[in-house]
Amino acid sequence: MKVAYYPGCTLKTKAKNLETSALACLDALGVEWQELERWNCCGAVYSLADDDLIHLVAPVRDLIRAKQQGHEMVLTLCSMCYNTLARANELMKHDEEKRKTINLFMDEEPDYFGEVKVVHFLDFLRDVYGWENFKAKVVNPLNGMKVAPYYGCTLLRPKEAGIDRFDNPSIFQDCMTALGAEAINFPMSTQCCGTYQVLGNPEAALKVSFDILTNAKAHGAEALVLACPLCDYNLGKRQPEMKEKYELAGDVPLFYFTQLMALALGVKPEDCRFELNREVSLEFLRDKNLVKATA
Amino acid sequence: MSTVSEDLPTMEIKAKLIPIYVMGKKYEVPETLTIMKAIEYAGYKYIRGCGCRGGVCGACSTVYRKPGDHKIYTGLACQTVVEPDMYLTQIPFYPALRATYNFHEMTGTAEEVFALYPELFRCVACNNCTKVCPMDVEVMDYISALKRGDLKAAAEISFDCIQCGLCASRCMGELPQYHIAQLARRLNGAYLTPRAEHLKTMVANIETGRYDAGLNGLKEMDVAQLKKVYQEREMEPATAGEDWTPKDKSYL
Repeated sequence: MKVAYYPGCTLKTKAKNLETSALACLDALGVEWQELERWNCCGAVYSLADDDLIHLVAPVRDLIRAKQQGHEMVLTLCSMCYNTLARANELMKHDEEKRKTINLFMDEEPDYFGEVKVVHFLDFLRDVYGWENFKAKVVNPLNGMKVAPYYGCTLLRPKEAGIDRFDNPSIFQDCMTALGAEAINFPMSTQCCGTYQVLGNPEAALKVSFDILTNAKAHGAEALVLACPLCDYNLGKRQPEMKEKYELAGDVPLFYFTQLMALALGVKPEDCRFELNREVSLEFLRDKNLVKATA
Repeated sequence: MSTVSEDLPTMEIKAKLIPIYVMGKKYEVPETLTIMKAIEYAGYKYIRGCGCRGGVCGACSTVYRKPGDHKIYTGLACQTVVEPDMYLTQIPFYPALRATYNFHEMTGTAEEVFALYPELFRCVACNNCTKVCPMDVEVMDYISALKRGDLKAAAEISFDCIQCGLCASRCMGELPQYHIAQLARRLNGAYLTPRAEHLKTMVANIETGRYDAGLNGLKEMDVAQLKKVYQEREMEPATAGEDWTPKDKSYL
């Protein structure tokens, strides 16, 4: 099994712990992967303005690169990259008029009609690899660790780009359960973390992030797992501010889902890059005897 | 009225004359000339927009169009041969903001580049920069590499850049690509590329006078002796392997 891998810029800078652990997982699962030889920023956010076609050029160019390199499927890890690429692909498949305009503008590239399939690691595991095969690869089960999968927005919305139904999704829970964890359902798992409001309205973003963490804890979560570097920033790196302003009781350990997956699949902890997480996350793993306490 | 004085030799132009349009004005020029020579043939004298005449200085970037073709073409005036009915103008300089920094205080991180050139993130991957580059540099690709913090890739991809500035002239995001690339190459060269350890040893050898005797010996020779020494010098055979050493090991 061979897949093309689209990393995205943040995974090469601020979220190396997402990339390194995910690639270690692919290796452990026996999936042959190849990073796209040429790629550019996906654009990060899918533009909702109907006539804003210029912001589709970046994701479409990435999909053209994948097609040029002979790939039928592109695997993504960051949920924002996934969303932007998947939606641009849908548009190129179904919107004839806009497709024509975009192809005409990008006249230095071959025409593109949405031929490449865009998948996220989670739906790749469910639909291509299969949960049963996946379960069979687990060597260090997570011992019933109570983790709350946090979807955020872009894995599920809109419907045509969602990897699962957006009202009551289960794909993330299924993944965590397969790893031997207890997946905690909580009502705010599909609420927005505040995203880029952290720039324009940081107070409002902080409040929703705080509510999400509080809600997850109230439902018994010991830790949160997520798939998006921006969610990680809002929900994780801003916890000190939440403690100060909203009396968040205790830090909440946060992981990229691929980090816990890697541990369960027998990847060495140093290849999971936990040092890039907050200290509380590492302490949590030590308490659970999933990584050794360092001197 | 002739513009050539009687006593100067006149050259017979054997090449076919073709029409070109310099800034909208038509001139008949020999078809064998470069744009630069053609412009001079037409009577212009360069004060700016001409430098090395060898295709490396970036001063003579030229934009042109061909009849019945919507595409923008670019080339260096000193390297590009004229074509019939080309409409051209030179763009010797294009303003682009160059950040000020104290290089010696930098360490070679992506964040330093992001802080100096935040407009980097205005790139929409339209690729106009790459399309317009007269040196065929994949400009958009090095901007993409920079956005993901890969200074080394940016330095390598932009290596052939001659700083003509045409990329900046066509940029939707108003980026000064060529200045950002220069910073990436500087940081890569100074902070990210491994130091050549053997160079240190060599410099130390020179400074301690290891080769002084040899050089002084050469200085004292006359031409005949020098020729003899040169002709009889030991050369590394073309087929020599990695482990080859000269017979005279005194300079190793």
